[in-house]
Amino acid sequence: MTSGRRRTTRPFPWRRSLWIAFLLAPALVVMMLFVLWPLLSAFRFAFYEFNGLRPSGFIGLENFRQVLFEKPFSDWTYNALKHNIIAFLALMVFENGTAFLIAFALLKALPGHRVHQVIVFLPVVLSAVIVGFLWKLFLHPLFGLVNQALALVGIGAIPWLGNESTALGSILFANIWHWLGFPTLVLLAGMQRISKDVIEAARLDGAGDYVLMTKIVWPLIAPSVTIVTILTFIGSFNWFEIPYVMAGLTGSPGGATDVLGLYFYRTAFGSTTTGIQDFGQGSALAVMMFIIVAGVTAIALRYLRRREIEL
Amino acid sequence: MKERGELFKNGAIQLLLALNAVIMVYPLFVMVISSFKTNAEIFSSPFALPASFSLANAERVWNETNFVRYLANSVGITTAAVALILLFSTMAAYALARYRFRLSALVLMFFLSGMTVPLKLAIIPLFIQLDSLGLVDSYLGLVLVYVAMGIPSAVFIMTGFLRTLPRELEESARMDGASELRIMRSIMLPLARPALVIVAIQNAVPIWNDFFFPLVLITSDNLKTLPQGLTVFVGEFTTDWGVLFTGLTLAALPITLLYVVLSKQFISGITQGAVK
Repeated sequence: MTSGRRRTTRPFPWRRSLWIAFLLAPALVVMMLFVLWPLLSAFRFAFYEFNGLRPSGFIGLENFRQVLFEKPFSDWTYNALKHNIIAFLALMVFENGTAFLIAFALLKALPGHRVHQVIVFLPVVLSAVIVGFLWKLFLHPLFGLVNQALALVGIGAIPWLGNESTALGSILFANIWHWLGFPTLVLLAGMQRISKDVIEAARLDGAGDYVLMTKIVWPLIAPSVTIVTILTFIGSFNWFEIPYVMAGLTGSPGGATDVLGLYFYRTAFGSTTTGIQDFGQGSALAVMMFIIVAGVTAIALRYLRRREIEL
Repeated sequence: MKERGELFKNGAIQLLLALNAVIMVYPLFVMVISSFKTNAEIFSSPFALPASFSLANAERVWNETNFVRYLANSVGITTAAVALILLFSTMAAYALARYRFRLSALVLMFFLSGMTVPLKLAIIPLFIQLDSLGLVDSYLGLVLVYVAMGIPSAVFIMTGFLRTLPRELEESARMDGASELRIMRSIMLPLARPALVIVAIQNAVPIWNDFFFPLVLITSDNLKTLPQGLTVFVGEFTTDWGVLFTGLTLAALPITLLYVVLSKQFISGITQGAVK
């Protein structure tokens, strides 16, 4: 290592520096222009009033006050936030819970387990727009596949996406169908790293599948559970595509499917109905979403890491 | 006795896995068969196979929509963005992995911290930034955003990989008088091909599927990407389900075919980062 360094630095140090700078420059320039600068501006803009595309005056915390404490904005904010939280909890239980069970079943490596992995991951590679429209058609009250199937067993038509009580659950279902393969294969990879000896030893001690699952596998895949939990949280709070495609920009019906991503987009880029565009309020929302995601992730990471050690 | 119990249990597990496989595949199967059906067929017998494998819907998609244009835009944008991500991040990773210089740790930290930034939340300043550069509603603006989004994790993966290559290779080439550029291009990069494939897939899939950035940045119909174009398309053919299913099927087709051929690389590319 040192010999290489000497050979390249001694004759033409400036040439070597120039070469390194040349290698780094394109990536650094792109990152500064399109990540660092926008990100810093995003925080700054949250404290400004906007006149169209230009910040027109510093107004302190006014944007935050509006979205958090002034009706109707605050109602929209909390309504959307509530749905993000519901989405996170539902995905943890139903998506990741199912994924855990499937992964455990696949761990047995019964015939066909490889094909199953490919199948369960197939929807993951499709665009959320395709998945959203597909399920919107399937959930159509009259002609959708779901209600047509229910009709065969004598259950009347349910307007899945039209009822306030079923709309959010329906788009969550589509989301689970879309993403199920991801946590499944991440958890399976975690399970496959458990040493064969450990499982063998547990088996010899007479552990059945249930004991094996709860007492051996679950604690030993704690790192994978941490990653899946955090990615689910980030995904739930950035949720946008499937609600947009299935329930529209306003989170119909009556805001029952509104989430922060939609509310943020509407505020910043104008809803189709009102045409109002407010970059200041939008920036405040973005900053709050950023703080929620970064803050909770950091706290959760510490808690989950500690849990990994204890288990 | 125990054998039989085991057999029974495995049978039950297989049954549940088969059920899950049906839930995952059947909706896609219905999507494909519905693309050959007329509206009347879809509404009256949704579960049946089509009466004939008619391409009437596909013809309408081809003739009456901008579908082919959307497809070509997606191919162009994804290809350009992935190519630039590979080029820029390999260059940077090469500098970070193979040379020791002042600030290298800091530069690496800068790239890594980019991995944690959800660029979606910076869309407002990003929009203003691109607007002032005249890059809103252009291929280049969208491509640059994707490149910026892809670089951090690509640099991370490539740096990790390039560091594992033995130093003796470049030392001996250097002794023979090869230039730094030649060492990089002819000796080191060919060895990095497996990592390049992973990085390419990891970036290509989300870029190909992305909807958010085109929604904000692209307004001309002729520049729209496939996912974005689908929303236009669905708006125009709301009641024509045969055409809708055909559009969805055709939109899903390219990536599904690639996935079937390269499923292993797709899975490791997409779960990369979550699986260590």
